[in-house]
Amino acid sequence: MLFLIIKRILLGLITLFIVSLITFVGTEILPGDACTTYLERQAFGEQLEACYRRLGLNVPAYERYISWAVNAIQGDFGYSLSGEMPIKEVLGPRIKNSLVLASAAIFIGIPIALILGIVTALWRDKLPDVAISTVTIFAMTIPEFISATLLILIIAIWLEWLPGIVIVPTDVSFLELLPNIILPVIAIAMIMTAHMARMVRSSVIQVMASEYVQMAILKGVPYWKMVFKHVLPNALLPAINVVALTIAWLLGGVVVTEVVFNYPGLGRLVIESISNRDLPTVQALAIILASIYVSINLLADLMTLMLNPRLKTLQIRK
Amino acid sequence: MTEIIQKVKNLSIGFKSKKGEEILILRNISTNIKKGETVGIVGESGSGKSTLALAMMGYVKHGLYTIGGECEFNSSNLLKMKNRDLEKIRGRKIAMIPQNAGQALTPNLKIGYQIDEALQLHSDLKEEEREQKISELLNKVRLPSPETIALRYPHELSGGQQQRVAVAMALAGTPDLLLLDEPTTGLDVTTQAHVLELLNFIAKDTGTSMVYVSHDLGAIAQVSDRIIVMYSGEIVLEGPSRDILKKPIHPYTYGLLKSIPKLSLAGLPQSMPGSQPQPGKMHRGCSFFDRCDFSEEKCKNNSPQLEHLEELNTSVRCFNYKSLMNDSQVNQTVNKIKTSLHDKEILNLSKVSISYAKQKLLDQVLNRISDDNPTVKDININIKKGETIALVGESGSGKSTILKSIAGLLRTKGGIIKFDQNRNLSSDLKERDPNDLRIIQLIFQNPDESLNPNHTVEEIIAQPLKLYFGLKGEELKKNIIDLLQKVRLGEFYMSRYPRQLSGGEKQRVAVARAFAAKPDIILCDEVTSALDVSVQAAVLNLLQQLKEDFGTTYIFVSHDLAVVRAISDRVAVLYQGRLCEVGPSKDVYQFPSHPYTEVLLGAVLEPDPDIKPILVAEDIVEEKPPQKGCSFQGRCSRILGDICKSEVPPWQITNSGNSIRCHIPLKDLQKDQIN
Repeated sequence: MLFLIIKRILLGLITLFIVSLITFVGTEILPGDACTTYLERQAFGEQLEACYRRLGLNVPAYERYISWAVNAIQGDFGYSLSGEMPIKEVLGPRIKNSLVLASAAIFIGIPIALILGIVTALWRDKLPDVAISTVTIFAMTIPEFISATLLILIIAIWLEWLPGIVIVPTDVSFLELLPNIILPVIAIAMIMTAHMARMVRSSVIQVMASEYVQMAILKGVPYWKMVFKHVLPNALLPAINVVALTIAWLLGGVVVTEVVFNYPGLGRLVIESISNRDLPTVQALAIILASIYVSINLLADLMTLMLNPRLKTLQIRK
Repeated sequence: MTEIIQKVKNLSIGFKSKKGEEILILRNISTNIKKGETVGIVGESGSGKSTLALAMMGYVKHGLYTIGGECEFNSSNLLKMKNRDLEKIRGRKIAMIPQNAGQALTPNLKIGYQIDEALQLHSDLKEEEREQKISELLNKVRLPSPETIALRYPHELSGGQQQRVAVAMALAGTPDLLLLDEPTTGLDVTTQAHVLELLNFIAKDTGTSMVYVSHDLGAIAQVSDRIIVMYSGEIVLEGPSRDILKKPIHPYTYGLLKSIPKLSLAGLPQSMPGSQPQPGKMHRGCSFFDRCDFSEEKCKNNSPQLEHLEELNTSVRCFNYKSLMNDSQVNQTVNKIKTSLHDKEILNLSKVSISYAKQKLLDQVLNRISDDNPTVKDININIKKGETIALVGESGSGKSTILKSIAGLLRTKGGIIKFDQNRNLSSDLKERDPNDLRIIQLIFQNPDESLNPNHTVEEIIAQPLKLYFGLKGEELKKNIIDLLQKVRLGEFYMSRYPRQLSGGEKQRVAVARAFAAKPDIILCDEVTSALDVSVQAAVLNLLQQLKEDFGTTYIFVSHDLAVVRAISDRVAVLYQGRLCEVGPSKDVYQFPSHPYTEVLLGAVLEPDPDIKPILVAEDIVEEKPPQKGCSFQGRCSRILGDICKSEVPPWQITNSGNSIRCHIPLKDLQKDQIN
């Protein structure tokens, strides 16, 4: 078991190394560099040379990669080009904001998704299923920029209940941020919950059709006891990995929603730094998002392993 | 008159087709189950036997519904009962033992909990008493060390053990009626015989009534007092077990019994033509009409009623049963197999060993094999052109593994596979040239999985013809039609998809595909075990006919010793990937034989109430072959002592050319063998 965990962690680290290499090589291949971007029209001759020397760009690429990687491991990603401030300081509040948004969506979305998924599966083809399934399919198919815009229109502009876009500073306190996140959370949770509810529904239906559930019925196990003891543990196990991917997606990928609501999270930072050609920040973001994906998936795999007696014994035997 | 505990009255169950027609799965079934009796329900797949058993618990599968009739238990109709009331009957009064215990035990719950759950629901025992009861129950079904078994998860047990747990779970509620749905199908022969013996013991011990559903007349014969034969959703014959097996008066049962291969009789049994009509196919007249040898003009348009014959205590649905009554016994005639044996050796396995162990990195680099105890070891077999050699053994004996290696699907770790005396076949599929691939073809167990569902029969058979012979256009088509006719399928099958064919037809297509490559050797991996008995005989006969026509060599893998007896010239018995005995079939099936062969033969179930299985060894499952000595030492009832544990036994050869690998001298082997 321990061996397996170590193996998985090592594999994760190798993945991160490859990601860092690809982003580094990518930024290297792109025409232009930090100095040409920074100096713009003055990017020639003596000035350019001086800039190269100042930023340490005059040494070979592999040396730069090594020094960057060593610093990155220590949490130092260098300076961002646009603001001339340490990337670490730029990232800090952004990560916090994204975490707030993601955890709010998770805490609201996952329980609702589970309940909806289970209800639709147990009342399959009956009224609750038909009603909920229609709604979830709608929620799944409407793109988030449409639903987000509609939310702003109805709740912020017509009803004037909540702020439509976030105009607070990036490093605002949690309580001040709170009213601002309600609309983005609804927009994200809608699409996420719908996806997960569909997944849970099909998983529960599959288990309900299994021979062991039929056996439990024929054993005389009362309905709800059967659902909680025989169906749900087996049906929800495969959901763990999907939940993990959703969390990873929430932390790094809700770009569209963040942009629509002008929310100061990681997603918007991605867009901003790309459009500013702020390559050091892009590199840092790529590494951070990759680490989020790798570590959350690792956690999910370990959890599946712990909860599934089948996999657990298999691994120990090996 | 004994008390009746379950009364099925005019029961019809069916479903609505897409066109809104009512399609019947069960048609007007009436029968009574008496207290303390065991009733066997036998029929082919699709005859409605499982649906009937489930209805006896008031359970109708999703998609089906009750059209009419009732299942009366304690004078209330189970099919009209509320779920809450059914919960008090299911598991307590009527319990089910499922077909596939591996699938029917909930994977995330420990064995102990699953039995405890039944006890909690259906008894007033306190916690400590329940704990003791669990041990008692596990003991009763003869599971070793009940306390540790109770703490295990279902997947940590073997198939036989899982089935025993299912029996223990059903007994937990001390039911009056036990329903068994194919409880031994899918188990090894030896395990099957042990489980049946246990069920017989329980029936006697507890006085429980049992309804035993199976397609296997051999198993039914061992347990039941009374037999119900179902065909196409109807009861066609019902009566005392002995009469039905010895003197069946319905043509279907008669044909069925004739088509089952017997241990005592070498040669191929006669097959029944055709297949059971699909549910919903409108038919006037008798549903067995097209397959019946005794049919007359009136059978075509009038359907016979179930007629009760007082003097025989039997009910039969046939106009012509009298003509069968005079035909005293089932006279089984067999087609002797003809083998034109060439002396030419076509395939030679020498010192073949195969390992599933993962190679460690270091071993991969050095290209060496570190597994000194591989799954399959030391296989030496010469196969002559035109012969049929069978590999037999329980699951895990390595028989399919050897087939895969011959086919090149699995790398060997050592030894040589030589074709036609001089051609070494590479152990790697990628290194074989197209001709090496053509000469050896495989037919798989399950045609549902081995035929591409998106290809028509024409495309399936065309594939090898195009690949190996580059045929095109008219010539290709002519060859396909030719092959279809060889496997007794008409030209009109060309445009069909596998899902539009019956099980037997699908397997025929798989046979045609194998022969399309004009192979020298065909590997048959349990080719008949997914088929119904009546269809099995037809496929066996077809294989034999094709072999005679083409001079093909068969390597035949099967767990069914009677089938092997019917078709093979030579048999190789395997245990834990090591050969135990190799010889001409007639000699292997006679004594003297290896102690393991004796165990296998003893466990075979025959559809005859007078032939009981002989259980020689325990049905323990060994996970790995022993490091030293004889592979069978762990289960052998005739173990000599240390020599069996330390030395690999020598090959001993009998007068008739049968080789036995055992330390016991031949004459002692014969002397002490149980007959």
